[in-house]
Amino acid sequence: MEAMRLIDENGLRIDGRKVDELRPIRIEAGVLKRADGSAYVEWGKNKVIAAVYGPRECHPRHLQDPSKALVQCRYNMIAFSVMERKRPGPDRRSVEISKIIAEALEYVIFTEYFPRTSIDVYIEILQANAGTRCAGLTAASVALADAGVPMKDLVPAVAVGKVDNQVVLDLTKEEDNHGQADLPMAIIPRTGEVLLMQMDGHMTVEEFNKAIDLGYKACEKIYQLQKDALRRRYAVEEIETFEEAQHPQTAMEE
Amino acid sequence: MARSVMSEIKKDHIHRLLARGKRVDGRNWDEFREITIQTNFTETAEGSARVKLGNTDVLVGVKMETGIPFPDTPDKGVLATNAELIPLASPTFEPGPPDENAIELARVVDRGIRESEMIDLDALCIVPNEEVWICFVDIYVLDYDGNLFDASFLGAVAALKSTIVPASRYGKGEDFKLPIRCLPMSVTAVQIENSILVDPTLDEEKVAAARLTVTTDENGDIRAMQKGLKGSLTIDQIKKIIETSQRLGKELRKLVG
Repeated sequence: MEAMRLIDENGLRIDGRKVDELRPIRIEAGVLKRADGSAYVEWGKNKVIAAVYGPRECHPRHLQDPSKALVQCRYNMIAFSVMERKRPGPDRRSVEISKIIAEALEYVIFTEYFPRTSIDVYIEILQANAGTRCAGLTAASVALADAGVPMKDLVPAVAVGKVDNQVVLDLTKEEDNHGQADLPMAIIPRTGEVLLMQMDGHMTVEEFNKAIDLGYKACEKIYQLQKDALRRRYAVEEIETFEEAQHPQTAMEE
Repeated sequence: MARSVMSEIKKDHIHRLLARGKRVDGRNWDEFREITIQTNFTETAEGSARVKLGNTDVLVGVKMETGIPFPDTPDKGVLATNAELIPLASPTFEPGPPDENAIELARVVDRGIRESEMIDLDALCIVPNEEVWICFVDIYVLDYDGNLFDASFLGAVAALKSTIVPASRYGKGEDFKLPIRCLPMSVTAVQIENSILVDPTLDEEKVAAARLTVTTDENGDIRAMQKGLKGSLTIDQIKKIIETSQRLGKELRKLVG
């Protein structure tokens, strides 16, 4: 049945990674001017941008909650993010992903601080190669931090799967298409709580245990990258001297 | 699109500076903001370009598919242009199908490409009456700080110029570069209290009475125009914008190569 070998005799995958190795991940915080917070993530061949607006007035008003903020999410793949052009607009898959990401984020945000408001998270997949919901959620939590939204923690996410009867971390598109199982997950690193978990395919309980072990270790690494991105964004190059502070170079006209 | 509010003090500031012939960001009236173009941004597209025009940020991608030609042009390929003002780009953009602003943007970009005959649509015919190449140009606004028309047009031209038609993927022979005949360029200006300002920022657009986009070809001939907003323009103002579009179009064209 397996027409394609995805792991070679040396235990290496098509792209040369070991089974427990992540693709290269680059995270940048604060990439958009208009949004209150934003982040860009390159994850292997995935390119994802996330923006946060809010807390702001909640529309439509009947969704307002007098006790807390509403967390809304829109996950969207742009038309040319996949080989076969995707017709613009939400499909059933993106509606589901938007829902589970919003639910995951709602748990870490101190929503009770902002009653009657809405915190809107927009995730756009600019280029897709499997694992976009995890890359999107990883980007979204950095964007929330960039927007200054108080949270319990950042939320790293990763997909684990099963390929050629082996448990494998961070599937590519080829591995996802020809693999045997896919298990995206997201956690709160400080407490170890699970915020997102889905699974499709076929895994034994032993394989599942191995998979979440791989997932937790990978989330720790992604968590570090998220924090590094925020530190880079808010690092102060050098402290300005008293003299410079008294005579700012760019005075507003009039 | 939700109405965007602007403080009176900011409006006054723009008007007062303009009375002295100045702009908020210090540019001349006929000066574009800094432009960067990154082609082949998206590998899954047949051609793509990310254009930053000041703080305005637009991503344009081209996808090619085969399909049936229109009955009135049985031996020509098809161009389809779409623009999405995604809510990521501005607090005033809302989720949902393209609104009138997105549709106007897509149609103005489409018109400039179509009427300049930039793409050789005859070369995109596979079997007359039966099968032609369909060229989808999708525009995504990522960050909105005014002048989406020129940012999107520049992105579309750069993306199309970098497009490789994936013929081998469709069993239609070898891949080939999308046949390009010319490089049209669009220049947009607004009228504020009878001053003309090229490449308006979002704040300038908000106080503007009228807007005009002029698309010209390499000969300086006009290929498409669109007047927008609720105010009016005098014929002299229109002529001034056309002349400016010809002149600045030459400079913009160099950026695309």
